[in-house]
Amino acid sequence: MAFYRSHVLVCVDPECLAKGAHEVVDALQDEFIAQGLLDEIQVLETSRIGGCPNGPEMMVYPEGIHYIGMTPDDIPFLVEEHFLKGRIVERFREVIKPIVDEELGALRPKEVRVVLRNCGQIDPNNIEDYLATDGYQALGKVLFEMTPEGVIDEVLKSGLRGRGGAGFPAAKKWAITRAVQDNPKYMICNADEGDPGAFMNRRVLEGDPHSVIEGMIIGAYAVGASYGYIYCRAEYPVAVQTLNIAIAQAREFGLLGQNILGTDFTFDLEVRVGAGAFVCGEETALIASIMGMRGEPHPRPPFPSVKGVWDKPSNNNNVETYSNVPQIILNGAAWYASMGTEKSKGTKTFAVGGNVVKPGLIEVPMGITLREIIFDVAGGIKDGRKFKAVQTGGPMGGCLTEQHLDLQLDYEALSKAGSMMGSGGLVVMDETSCMVDIARFFMDFTQAESCGKCTPCRVGTRRILELLQKIYDGKGEDGDIEKLEDLCFEVSRNSLCGLGQGAPVPVISTLKNFRAEYEAHIYEKRCPAKVCRPLIRMEIQEPICTGCTVCARNCPVDAIRGERRQVHHIDDQACIRCGICVQVCNFNAIAVES
Amino acid sequence: MIVPTIERDVSTIVKEAIEKHGATGDALIPILREINHALGYIPGEAFREVRKQVHTPTEPVYVSESQLYGLASFYDMLSTKPRGRHVIKFCENAPCHVVGGKAVWDSLCETLDLKNGETTPDKKWTLVTTSCLGLCSVGPVVLIDDDLYGNVSPDQIDGILERYE
Repeated sequence: MAFYRSHVLVCVDPECLAKGAHEVVDALQDEFIAQGLLDEIQVLETSRIGGCPNGPEMMVYPEGIHYIGMTPDDIPFLVEEHFLKGRIVERFREVIKPIVDEELGALRPKEVRVVLRNCGQIDPNNIEDYLATDGYQALGKVLFEMTPEGVIDEVLKSGLRGRGGAGFPAAKKWAITRAVQDNPKYMICNADEGDPGAFMNRRVLEGDPHSVIEGMIIGAYAVGASYGYIYCRAEYPVAVQTLNIAIAQAREFGLLGQNILGTDFTFDLEVRVGAGAFVCGEETALIASIMGMRGEPHPRPPFPSVKGVWDKPSNNNNVETYSNVPQIILNGAAWYASMGTEKSKGTKTFAVGGNVVKPGLIEVPMGITLREIIFDVAGGIKDGRKFKAVQTGGPMGGCLTEQHLDLQLDYEALSKAGSMMGSGGLVVMDETSCMVDIARFFMDFTQAESCGKCTPCRVGTRRILELLQKIYDGKGEDGDIEKLEDLCFEVSRNSLCGLGQGAPVPVISTLKNFRAEYEAHIYEKRCPAKVCRPLIRMEIQEPICTGCTVCARNCPVDAIRGERRQVHHIDDQACIRCGICVQVCNFNAIAVES
Repeated sequence: MIVPTIERDVSTIVKEAIEKHGATGDALIPILREINHALGYIPGEAFREVRKQVHTPTEPVYVSESQLYGLASFYDMLSTKPRGRHVIKFCENAPCHVVGGKAVWDSLCETLDLKNGETTPDKKWTLVTTSCLGLCSVGPVVLIDDDLYGNVSPDQIDGILERYE
């Protein structure tokens, strides 16, 4: 093993890649070669460090200096200053969140990292890194010191519930699968994280794949399974690659395959890649897809635990659920159960997106409030605007309002408030978001993703969408709200799987919490948030307009006329309300009216 | 002299895909993905070839062309229509939407004069929306072939498109 005086970890999360992380890695390599430092300093590609939205980013060890936002052109300077002269380059240093040695994981206040503990800290493509952080210790403990029943009991005591959204106690599912008298049994890991705005599983798969694999092996031992599938969506190519490398390495180390760690326990697994179908996140659809069929759900029971892949008992859990398991075994059920609320234990990852200052992935103890998440962890609403709503639980979750901000987050509290935990997406919206538009938007999504097998979902979602479109277009009539409510109720109640049952939830919750907004669209033909295009118009305010011509030059339909240094005018007939003029105007002279 | 025809090429591509993933029922989706990747879409004759080639004498897989078409039309990443040289995938999901995705989408549509799912007459561009790519904290996100662009604004579209031949 080679020794280096410094390690430079560059984040190659797809988000940083989109900002040119690979170019930074190349520039670093080139510069270290040029300076003759290559055998002293190691450049590693790692997953998320914590600042991807402002990336590219890198971490320099052993100092623990976090640099952010540099371009390849900055690298020669940075290398000279930091690595030759030993001076920290303050210009790129991430100082908002100072990093103390023992607190490397605690990037944001109130965060507790269990699932994400290794993400960005280790090289996901090197099993030795995982082994060095107590990796596969839990597996050893399980195989040599515990019975399968003992494992199930420990996980039961920890209170771990399914992190895929429904919150079914993981150990109970394991016990059911174990009890079925049919062999072979399968383990399935649902890594088909399709909820828009949710990317916590991607982070774990890309940053710490072995924690998921170890969790699956432990689960397999507990339920008596001999083979496993990780069903990963094709939109996550990096995750698929990382998983395949991790599985190959685990096999090489005798952690997968025949006679694991020399015992008579045998288990192996493979990655199955989806092909772009949201409904495959539903467990019965996922199983159909693994077997090479259209990913259409079928009615339960029989549940997969009894009759799953190849009609055999199949235990299906989500990435995050499995990833929690090794830590529970290592630190004990009591430790895990000490976090969270009475019924929801441990931590939960959330992907916070939308109009917040610091969007991104967080892991917090259950029981935290939405207010703490949005204002403390995510830094509050962007651009000093006002909070309006937060949508939890993905496209089938509800929109919650100001009054729900102090809700203690757990499975029960969220469903009581008319939403759900889901996989943990949080889309924060400020006052510039229109709730009718948002509801229409989610409906558009679920309508398109409906697999078409059952009528309530196939036809119902389309009818709901048409009604919402009508209201958006300013053609809503008296009675439409009631029609919507009826339809939503029927679709929820009669659909076959979670997709159809959950599809109307955004509409139901916005109707409940933002009814006045629907009414303004229908009765006053007005969009209070000034979003719905058919109901708004742009107007140039004469006293402010300087006649700089920027708007006219940027208008895609040439709807703006005016001489240089003269007030401009918008041709309302030609205007398509794209809003580009509002964005490009340097003087805020263009007002949106409704 | 053997004249290479399209049929022959398709047949070879199917053969390679099956060799890689195995002639089994649960390999059909990976096989179709492979063909889609090689040709940009799955032509009708590919379904015929797959049906024939997975029906091996030792372990025949019984699958009809319509079942294969059913798979291809079900999954978003499989296309049954030819696509342009570059495929622009635009993430239209909520997190991108609330940070200005709509304006980027409109700008793309207007610049290329395309609607969702269409290909330009010169076969250069195909414009489609995609399911969430999980890159929500750098939204709006555009994926062109394998290149990711984050924090895209409408005025950057021309500059990004110029990079492609």
